Amino acid sequence: MNKNSNIYQILYAAVMVLLVGSVLALIYMALKPKQDENIANDTRKQILSALHIAAPDESQVKETYEKYIIQDLLVDGEGNIVDSAENVAFDVQMKANVKLADAERKLPVMKCKMDDGSIKYVLPVYGAGLWGPIWGYVAMNDDGNTIYGANFSHEGETPGLGARIADKEFQDLFMDKHLFKDGEFKNVVVLKKGQTSTNGAEQVDALTGATITSRGVSDMLDDCLSRYEGFLKRLQGNTQVAVPGEITNVVKPQ
Amino acid sequence: MLSKKNKEALFNPLSKDNPVLVQILGICSSLAVTASLEPAIVMGISVIAVLAFSNVIISFLRKTIPTNIRIIVQLVVVAALVIIVQQILTAYQYDVSKQLSVFIGLIITNCILMGRLEAFAMHNSPWPSFLDGVGNGLGYTIILLVVAFFRELLGSGKLFGYQVVPQWCYDHGYENNGLMILAPMALITVGCIIWWHRAHNKDLQEN
Repeated sequence: MNKNSNIYQILYAAVMVLLVGSVLALIYMALKPKQDENIANDTRKQILSALHIAAPDESQVKETYEKYIIQDLLVDGEGNIVDSAENVAFDVQMKANVKLADAERKLPVMKCKMDDGSIKYVLPVYGAGLWGPIWGYVAMNDDGNTIYGANFSHEGETPGLGARIADKEFQDLFMDKHLFKDGEFKNVVVLKKGQTSTNGAEQVDALTGATITSRGVSDMLDDCLSRYEGFLKRLQGNTQVAVPGEITNVVKPQ
Repeated sequence: MLSKKNKEALFNPLSKDNPVLVQILGICSSLAVTASLEPAIVMGISVIAVLAFSNVIISFLRKTIPTNIRIIVQLVVVAALVIIVQQILTAYQYDVSKQLSVFIGLIITNCILMGRLEAFAMHNSPWPSFLDGVGNGLGYTIILLVVAFFRELLGSGKLFGYQVVPQWCYDHGYENNGLMILAPMALITVGCIIWWHRAHNKDLQEN
């Protein structure tokens, strides 16, 4: 058989691609459940980290998460709870969610009970850094005003520069910042040292050498946290909002 | 099993014919994944596995591969193996796979692979090809580990994630060298290793 004939080459390539394709498809399908579990556990770790909780070891991430996160909520712009089914907030894909029109956007909230009995609310945020997406979780105290902790992650920010948003040093700067001032929603902004915010919002120092990533964090908080203004105001008025089993103001989803 | 020629295929790439130090191949990934030892080891094992198996597969197919599309065939084989490695890492070593991110995928473009497939596997039978793949993979891994050792020790004061520089050093004003974490110092480290290596191997020096 002539190895350089067109027919031989085309057949060779076709058979090879079919073989390789089916092998890869098989492997992908076999490993998919394990991979999904890993990704979910990674998300759980990030949420726990915003609450300053670390799982004792890798295998107990899920148990730890389920111990502290007592309820998943979806709220609307006014702060009404529209859904509180199990994992309803955890399952929101933020990447797709932030692209939806304002009216359709879901506002997930994860409600947690700490060891000392205090209640925290974790709000997911999602935005863009310099090279790719950045995302994170902001834990609020039940006064609806003070940030308890924050965790940020990124896909591919520059190591040593923008990637430092994933460092504890940067994330700890957000602790104890207030989103409201004199009852008015101001959010929290990331600004270079020496700059002051125009609307009097509390600020966090930007990372040196990572101007665009820092601005990305600021924009992300602006875009995502401000939508929770209604919910946070409700919390301030009534710290008893949606204690499990006593949900009074559930609006059924349309 | 290990004739003189086979031994050469396995051991030459470790030093005298090292892919990184002598052929200066695979520099990109050896700068990128060597900030600490753990990803360097995983990357090294991944490259050894991909290189050895792609060498064997291409060597088995070498008499059937049409010359005109041989590079495409090689790429498909390498790409398939790399995707398999990536899938396995995501399933069983998730944290490491996140650290290595794009660099596992970039094994496809690692010049060491195409170089060995073209230069060795296309002309040799499977067993020597396997040894050649393992040898070159090991040669690459050794350099990764040496670079990662210095970078992790001087850059973070740790080895394999464990603190080795004692706290009293920091108390007396010692600081980790943040520059070691960045790619430029990796290049300089590789350069120093090449310098040392050539100084000790007279036959590598040009007149």
